Amino acid sequence: MSGILNSSIARKFAMALSAFFLMFFLLQHFAINVTSIFSADVFNELSHFMGTNPLVQYALQPVLIFGVIFHFVMGFILEIKNKNARTVKYAKNNGAANSSWMSRNMIWSGLVILAFIGLHFYDFWFPEINTKFIQGDWSGMHDGNFRYFHELQEKFVNPVRVGLYVLSFIFLALHLLHGFNSAFQSVGANNKYTKGLKTFGKLYAILIPLGFIVIALFHHFNHNH
Amino acid sequence: MALDSKIPEGPLKDKWTNHKNNINLVNPANKRNIDVIVVGTGLAGGSAAATLAELGYNVKAFCFQDSPRRAHSIAAQGGINAAKNYQGDGDSTYRLFYDTVKGGDYRSREANVYRLAEVSANIIDQCVAQGVPFARDYGGLLDNRSFGGVLVSRTFYAKGQTGQQLLLGAYSAMNRQIGRGKIKMYNRHEMLDVVIVDGKARGIITRNLVNGEIERHSAHAVVLGTGGYGNVFFLSTNAMGSNVTAGWKAHKKGAYFANPCYTQIHPTCIPVSGDHQSKLTLMSESLRNDGRIWVPKHQKDVEAIRNKTLKPTQLSEEDRDYYLERRYPAFGNLVPRDVASRAAKERCDAGFGVNATGEAVYLDFASAIERYGKEQAHIKGLNENDDAVVKSLGKEVVKAKYGNLFQMYEKIVDENPYETPMMIYPAVHYTMGGVWVDYNLQTTVPGLFCIGEANFSDHGANRLGASALMQGLADGYFVLPYTIGDYLSDDIRTGPISTDSPEFEEAEKSVKETINHFITNNGSKPVDYFHKKLGKIMWNKCGMSRNEKELKEAISEIAELRAEFYKEVKVPGGADEFNEELAKAGRVADFLELGELFAKDALQREESAGGHFREEHQTAEGEAKRRKEFQYASAWEYKGEPKDAVLHKEELVYENIKVKERSYK
Amino acid sequence: MNLTLKIWRQKNAKDKGQMVTYPITGIEGDMSFLEMLDILNNQLITNGDDPVAFDHDCREGICGMCSLYINGEAHGPDRLVTTCQLHMRKFKDGDTIYIEPFRAKAFPVIKDLVVDRSSFDRIQHSGGFISVNTSGNTQDANSIPISKTAADEAMDAATCIGCGACVASCKNSSAMLFVSAKVSQYALLPQGQVEATDRVLNMVKQMDEEGFGNCTNTGACEVECPKGISLENIARMNREYLSASLKG
Repeated sequence: MSGILNSSIARKFAMALSAFFLMFFLLQHFAINVTSIFSADVFNELSHFMGTNPLVQYALQPVLIFGVIFHFVMGFILEIKNKNARTVKYAKNNGAANSSWMSRNMIWSGLVILAFIGLHFYDFWFPEINTKFIQGDWSGMHDGNFRYFHELQEKFVNPVRVGLYVLSFIFLALHLLHGFNSAFQSVGANNKYTKGLKTFGKLYAILIPLGFIVIALFHHFNHNH
Repeated sequence: MALDSKIPEGPLKDKWTNHKNNINLVNPANKRNIDVIVVGTGLAGGSAAATLAELGYNVKAFCFQDSPRRAHSIAAQGGINAAKNYQGDGDSTYRLFYDTVKGGDYRSREANVYRLAEVSANIIDQCVAQGVPFARDYGGLLDNRSFGGVLVSRTFYAKGQTGQQLLLGAYSAMNRQIGRGKIKMYNRHEMLDVVIVDGKARGIITRNLVNGEIERHSAHAVVLGTGGYGNVFFLSTNAMGSNVTAGWKAHKKGAYFANPCYTQIHPTCIPVSGDHQSKLTLMSESLRNDGRIWVPKHQKDVEAIRNKTLKPTQLSEEDRDYYLERRYPAFGNLVPRDVASRAAKERCDAGFGVNATGEAVYLDFASAIERYGKEQAHIKGLNENDDAVVKSLGKEVVKAKYGNLFQMYEKIVDENPYETPMMIYPAVHYTMGGVWVDYNLQTTVPGLFCIGEANFSDHGANRLGASALMQGLADGYFVLPYTIGDYLSDDIRTGPISTDSPEFEEAEKSVKETINHFITNNGSKPVDYFHKKLGKIMWNKCGMSRNEKELKEAISEIAELRAEFYKEVKVPGGADEFNEELAKAGRVADFLELGELFAKDALQREESAGGHFREEHQTAEGEAKRRKEFQYASAWEYKGEPKDAVLHKEELVYENIKVKERSYK
Repeated sequence: MNLTLKIWRQKNAKDKGQMVTYPITGIEGDMSFLEMLDILNNQLITNGDDPVAFDHDCREGICGMCSLYINGEAHGPDRLVTTCQLHMRKFKDGDTIYIEPFRAKAFPVIKDLVVDRSSFDRIQHSGGFISVNTSGNTQDANSIPISKTAADEAMDAATCIGCGACVASCKNSSAMLFVSAKVSQYALLPQGQVEATDRVLNMVKQMDEEGFGNCTNTGACEVECPKGISLENIARMNREYLSASLKG
């Protein structure tokens, strides 16, 4: 492992691969969540499948967790290494003249996202783990109904939480605005054939987080007790 | 000592081959025991260092810049000549040889020039193999362009950065040898003396420009590829650091210095903008393929243009004087550099200069834009009489050809050359003179070789465009590596050269004394003050045209300035640190000696030839007049002071070419 | 123009260094930035002070020797120029101008604004060449046809002047634009194919050993590059490196 990741380009490549995986996961997560706007039943079905399917739970879930940890640990390592590559700082540096804010602040947008993941785990993942793995309840039922949609709606009652989610999604968009195309550049996809990719990347970076924001706001304003 | 040019016997076209077949070689095992010092890492020095290392010698290479890749060869724009005849337009080794000798106004050595033309084709093969990205046509084959003073297309180019690409090619060849440990590279080191032991060059003294340390380096032979001395004029197209020190120190240690007065003044440079000017920027000669040179016909228009009450574009055709087309109808704007430069000076001296200082002429692309625009409109089926369409199409063509030069001009002058004519004026560009060498590129000091612009051998009194790169690489890749073997074959039993000999001791002591003088001198004026003053004397009295009276004045003024320099120069800082002023002081000290020899040489040469124009020797129409009795190279021997230098003549014999009046009418 | 200059002064590699303020008067728009510094230096020398050391040589934008981080940008605010071709007309009367050396751990300061860029040379030693002997016995130049597109693209990559502006501008002090320009030039030409695998692996290894940071694709290098070297070269190097890693 350390052998492969000894070179700058290999690290960059690994960072991009984990990013691709996370972006794919994000897309899938979004696709399931967005159903909650249209149909509680579909959402419940899909959630139950994902929550109980052994392949998802015992194979994909650990891989995902590894991917997240890898991406942010590697991000920190690179940030520290890169900071060390310039020991004396400039008295005056005009970074805005040559690069976007997003590209220069991936570590900060990343940290916000990391904090959000903590909140998100506290909200959904830890209770799930508790229910399934500690209490051993794999039924997905509560009072005779699927519990998923209901739990989702409950979480978005508190306006502070909704606010935090919206803010986090904005940072996610900022992270993706640089990250999407950066990942493609890192794996070498930047030439005359990939011009369209840049636009697609921008769309992805804005639309997916925007979609999550819409979902959060939708449930905040439409919950029924 | 009588001059022996060591030209091999036999017919011209066989001389080089026969010579190579007959000279002594050093066997590979012995090469490992031989050290060679190469000073300078431009096209000549860089290619020589790489090739010598590849042959197996232990090479130590030196440059004053922070990397060998920075040598000023990098600034050459237009291209490199080679007699490949890829265009099938009748080019041949002989024709390249002929053009070069004629362009040099019959003042170069026949055998050397022929050899240069002969190996020119190899250079292109070599560079392509190295990965130099020469321009290509749509069929994937190499493209050529034409250059001033010749009638065939033999110039290979890489955009407007041919020198850069060729130098990076040589640099890459050096890198390979540095990586293998066969070249030991000394960056930021300046050679301050050559050490002669038992009559042979056996090493050099250098100063480490980072920490000021004076170092001794020994070798079995020393090669100088240290470029030209155009900076004796202060303002030139040379790099700020370009200097004559290596060549001049060699001269003081016994190497003859040849034809110092042969200077090339390039016609298309950006004019001086004020006293602050530190250097001049060249615009490639290729611009003259499409640009037309003119000044206003009437004095009143000149005044109006200078007062900015009249724009040059407002002046009608009949009020313009396209003086090159008027004077030289056959070659027009494509006359050789020396002719174009003098003609510009003549117009400006007559009061027709178009900028505030009165030292600029126009280089106008309006008619080229119109011509190309019409052509494109025709091809594209657009209206050829619609001015706006024609202009925009024409601009695109001009942009594709000269875009980078136009951009550079705009950055410097802040005027858009697509809309208003460029202003240009001649500037010192290249020095044909240099250290005298024989056919083997060896100086009059055994074991001391000199290659590239630093020597005098191939361009006579004027160099043709795109020939400097050719000569640098020919010397470094293909000539010196053979001829030096002949000399070194006697050294296989010598063993390592000690740096503890009294000769090294003495040389180091004298270098330290000079440095100490500068550092402790209680003067008040910075080095630049003297350099600028020297430059003014040189430009005004030894510039584009020269006469006896002014040359004599120059000689005494330079001698006076030199005395004042040693008394009044102020060099801040210490000897044992990074100290650019100290480095500059040493260089200017040498320019102050060379400048005087330059003027002396110009005074002695009572004829006009190529870049050397004596007002006393011109035709009724003001053209240069060569004189048969001066058909020799002047090699000067150092005797203490520049004024005491002794002249040795190398008669130039032309057996394969008829010496003719050079005419471009 | 009257200006206030804030210049990094550092006696030698060991000195800590600091910003020092110098007022300067009578600057004209037609002067180049380095000519402005020449004037300052001649004033300093006349007053018995140590002049500001800075690297420069050709002063026509091609040798790559000049550097300087001017008002927070490598080679100053103008685009596609080196410091030596930056003219004072880009500044206004009364401006304060910060002048600092190119900063990176791999470019240690020698004195004032002069830095040691020999790390670039060492990267080139490790593979920046085609191993062909300079014997003159190579095949005819036209025996290897190269498409105009490939030749032009190789030329675009080859115009790199090795000034280090990419490293200086990069928030990570990464040298990838520089290294990728060389790797690309050879990768695009048939002559470069034979050694392509070793070249990219060795050059990247050396680059990492020199202490340059890692590329995070901010694109600052491309914007500040005086020769307009494209980020596409870095992508190409990434591809070359990945395929070389699989082979090698």
